[in-house]
Amino acid sequence: MVTEQMTEQQLEVAEAELIPIYIMGKQYMVPPTLTIMKAMEWAGYKMIRGVGCRGGFCGACATAYRIQGDPKLYFGLACQTVVQPNMYLAQLPFFPARRASYDITKLEPTPTTLFSLYPEVLRCLGCGACTKACPQEIDVRAYMAAGMRGDIAQVADLSFDCIMCGLCAARCPAEEAQYNIAILARRLYGRYLAPRSRHLEERLEEIASGRFRAEIEELKSLAKEELVARYKARDIEPK
Amino acid sequence: MSGYPPEMQESIRMVEATRARRLKETFPAMSLEEREKILNGFHPDYKGETFQAIRVGVSKGQRMPVELTRIVEGRPHIGPDFDLSAPVAETDVLVIGGGGAGASAALLAQEHGAKVILVTKLRFGDANTMMAQGGIQAADRPEDSPAIHYLDVIGGGHFTNVPELVEALVMDAPPVIKWLEDLGVMFDKEPDGTMVEAHGGGTSRKRMHSARDYSGAEIMRTLRDEVRNREEGITVSEFSPAVELVLDDEGQIAGAVIMNLETGAYAFIKAKAVILATGGSGRLHYQGFPTTNHYGATADGVVLAYRVGAPLGYLESMQYHPTGAAFPEQIVGLLVTEKVRGLGAQPVNRFGEQFVYPLEPRDVEAAALIRECKGRSNGIVTPTGQHGVWLDSPMIELIHGPGTIQRALPAMVRQFSRFGIDITKEPMLVYPTLHYQNGGVRLKADSSCDVPGLFIAGEVSGGVHGHNRLMGNSLLEITVFGRRAGRSAAEYAHRVRPARPTLAHLEKWNRELEEAGGDTGVISPILLPDYTRHE
Ligand SMILES: Cc1cc2nc3c(=O)[nH]c(=O)nc-3n(C[C@H](O)[C@H](O)[C@H](O)COP(=O)(O)OP(=O)(O)OC[C@H]3O[C@@H](n4cnc5c(N)ncnc54)[C@H](O)[C@@H]3O)c2cc1C
Ligand code: SF4
Ligand code: SF4
Ligand code: FES
Repeated sequence: MVTEQMTEQQLEVAEAELIPIYIMGKQYMVPPTLTIMKAMEWAGYKMIRGVGCRGGFCGACATAYRIQGDPKLYFGLACQTVVQPNMYLAQLPFFPARRASYDITKLEPTPTTLFSLYPEVLRCLGCGACTKACPQEIDVRAYMAAGMRGDIAQVADLSFDCIMCGLCAARCPAEEAQYNIAILARRLYGRYLAPRSRHLEERLEEIASGRFRAEIEELKSLAKEELVARYKARDIEPK
Repeated sequence: MSGYPPEMQESIRMVEATRARRLKETFPAMSLEEREKILNGFHPDYKGETFQAIRVGVSKGQRMPVELTRIVEGRPHIGPDFDLSAPVAETDVLVIGGGGAGASAALLAQEHGAKVILVTKLRFGDANTMMAQGGIQAADRPEDSPAIHYLDVIGGGHFTNVPELVEALVMDAPPVIKWLEDLGVMFDKEPDGTMVEAHGGGTSRKRMHSARDYSGAEIMRTLRDEVRNREEGITVSEFSPAVELVLDDEGQIAGAVIMNLETGAYAFIKAKAVILATGGSGRLHYQGFPTTNHYGATADGVVLAYRVGAPLGYLESMQYHPTGAAFPEQIVGLLVTEKVRGLGAQPVNRFGEQFVYPLEPRDVEAAALIRECKGRSNGIVTPTGQHGVWLDSPMIELIHGPGTIQRALPAMVRQFSRFGIDITKEPMLVYPTLHYQNGGVRLKADSSCDVPGLFIAGEVSGGVHGHNRLMGNSLLEITVFGRRAGRSAAEYAHRVRPARPTLAHLEKWNRELEEAGGDTGVISPILLPDYTRHE
C-alpha cells in the first residue's frame, strides 16, 4: 500500500540537511520541510492524541514551542507549522475549560444570557495574551471585549473562524473559556438574531402541502433513457 | 516575496498575460459522450488493474480498490471466544462515529426517547465533517425545486443512484436547513435574510448554502455543542473506536466491541440498535493518491458492517476532488474548495490557457486535469515531482470586486499565506486528490440496512449518490440520513426483543476466509494509518 509516509520518504533527504528538534525534551533529527506533525511521525511517533483533520480545521493539534536562545513562547497548529532548527515542542491536545450547559430553545439572545451562563466574561483583563496565542489570527481579546459589552452579534462575527483549539484559554490569566463563550454567541446569533429567510419558510410550506410529490413520483418512475433526456434538457441558471 | 520558485513564477506570468482575455471567455462544457470518453481514458476508477473482487461474504464478487479488499478481507481484532458476559455499558442506541452523521443521529435518537451512547475514534468532531468548506445543497429558492435537485443528483451520479434515497435527500433538504438554523448554524445571508447561494459542479440552480468557508466546521461544532448540552440522554466516549459488531442468537444487532485507543483494552457495549456513522476511507490512499480526509478515515464502518452480513455497493467508485493542493509540499492533497471555481476561478495549464469547463461534475473535471498533466504534459512539475495546473484565483477579485476572496474564502487564504502564497494575487497549483467514498454499506430510505437493528448514515453508506457525489450533497446526506437513522433506531429499540449476544458470525467469517485462501493478515478495521518511518 502506498502511504503518505512513503511520498515523504521519497524526498531522499540527505543526512546533512536534517535539523534538530526537541519533542518533549528529547532530540530528533528531521527533514526541514516537514510540518511539526509529520516531523513527529518521521521521528517515530504514531500519533493518537494531538491529531485530527491534519488540515487546520479541527484544533486537535495545538502546540506550544520555543526556539533555543529565543525567550519568546510561540504557538501554532502542528499540522500547519513547518519545523525550525532547535524547536522545543509541547503538544496541548486537551485543555480543561469550563463549558456551560443550556437549552438553546429556552434562551433569549440578550447580554443577560451571556453574563448568567458565563459570568467570568466580565473578568477579562484585556491583556491580549489570547490574541497572541491564536493560530487562526483571531483577535480574541476583541471578541471578549464585545462579550463584555453583551454584543452577541459582534462576538459571533469576530469569532467565526475559531477552531476551538484551546490555546487562548491556556494562556488566559482570567481563566476564561473564550471559545465556549464564542460558540454560545454564534448559536444565539444563528437561531435568534440572523434575519429570517422568507424563501425558506415558503418552501417548507410548499413541501408540507405536498406540492412536489407528484413531480418526484414521476421522476422516480422514469426509465433511464427518459431521465437522461430530461437531464440533458434541463436549463442551467446563469452564474 | 512569492512563495513560488522562479520556474513556477515564469509560468504564472503567462497566466497573468492571458487573464484579461479569459475573463471574457469560458471553455465550453462537455457533452455526455465526451465525458464518457475522458473518464475512460483518465479517471483512476477506470484503471482495471487497481481493483479486485471480494472473495467472501454477501457481496462476494464485487469489485473494489485493492487497498480496500485487503482490509475487508483482514483479520478481526478479537476471536469468537471474546467474553460478552459482562458488558461495560448498556443502552438503547449505540452511535458509532462522532462526525456530522453520528451527531445528528444521536440528537434524533434522544429526541425519540432513546438512551444513547456515542463512541468515536479520536475526539468528538475530529471528522471529515469538520473539514467541509464549500457548503450544503437545498432547493429552497423560488427558481429551484426538489425535482430539479433530483435531476442534478441523479445525472451527476450517472443515473445509478437509488431513486428512493435521492427522493429522501432532496425532499428533506429544506427542512434540514431550517433544523440546522434553529440549532444556531450561521448561514451566509443577505441583509434581508435571503440565503446567499452559489453553484457547485453539476448543479443547474444555485443552491449551495455556506457558512463562509467553514461550512462543515460550523455545522459540526453546532451539532457537537448540542449533543454536549444533552448529557442526560447522550453519553459521549472519545478515543473508543468500534472494532467488531455483535449480533444475537436471532441475527439482530446486539451492540459492539470497542477498543480503548490508548490502552488497547477491548470492551463490550450492549445495545438494542446500532447506528454506523464512521465516515469514509481517504486514508487508504487508493492508487497512491494524497487525500483531503481526516486522520481516521480508514473504512472501518465498511469492514464492521460487512462482517455481520450487510451488503456493500458502489465501492468501485471513489471521488477524486479535481483540486487538491499540489504546492507547497507541506499541504499536498489538502482541499482547494470547489467554491473557488464557483466564484469564477478557471483551471489553466502552464501556458495560461484553459482546457476544461471549470464546473464539470467532479469525476470529469478530475479526469481533465489528469489528462492535461499526464496525457498532454501541459502541467507544471514542482521541485518535489508533484504535477499540477493553475487555478487562477485572482480572477475572483476581478469578477466580484476586491476583498471578495478574504471575505468568502478566509480558510483558504490562511492556508496558503502560512507558506508565503497570497492567493488574492497569485494562482494556486492544484491536482486531483482522493476525497470521498461514493459507495459503502447499502442504505434504505429509513436508514436501515439488511441487518436488523443496524442503521447507517453518512459517507459510510452507499446508494444516495450513485457513482459520483456532487459537492454539497454530502453535508446534506449526513444530516438527512443521520436524522432518519436516529429516529428509526430509537423506534426500533422500543419494539425489539433482544436475544443472547454472540460472536458466532466470526466463526463463519473466519471459516469462509480460510476456504477462500486465508485472510490478508491485516488486522482490521485498521483504525489509523501508519505514517511512522520504518528504517
Ligand atoms: C476537506 C473536505 C471538504 C469537504 N467539503 C464538502 C462540502 O463542501 N460539501 C459537502 O457536502 N461535503 C463536503 N465534504 C464531504 C463531507 O464533509 C463528508 O462526506 C461528510 O462530512 C461525512 O460525514 P460523516 O459523519 O459520514 O463522517 P465523518 O464526518 O468523517 O465522521 C466519521 C466519524 O467516525 C469516526 N470513526 C471512524 N471509524 C470509527 C470506528 N471504528 N469507531 C468509532 N468511530 C469511528 C471518525 O473518527 C469520525 O469522527 C468534504 C470532505 C472533506 C474531507
Ligand atoms: S487572555 Fe484572558 S484576560 Fe487576557 S484579553 Fe484574553 S480573555 Fe481577556
Ligand atoms: S479563539 Fe482560542 S480556541 Fe479559537 S482558534 Fe483562537 S486560540 Fe483556538
Ligand atoms: S490536526 Fe486538525 S487542526 Fe491540526
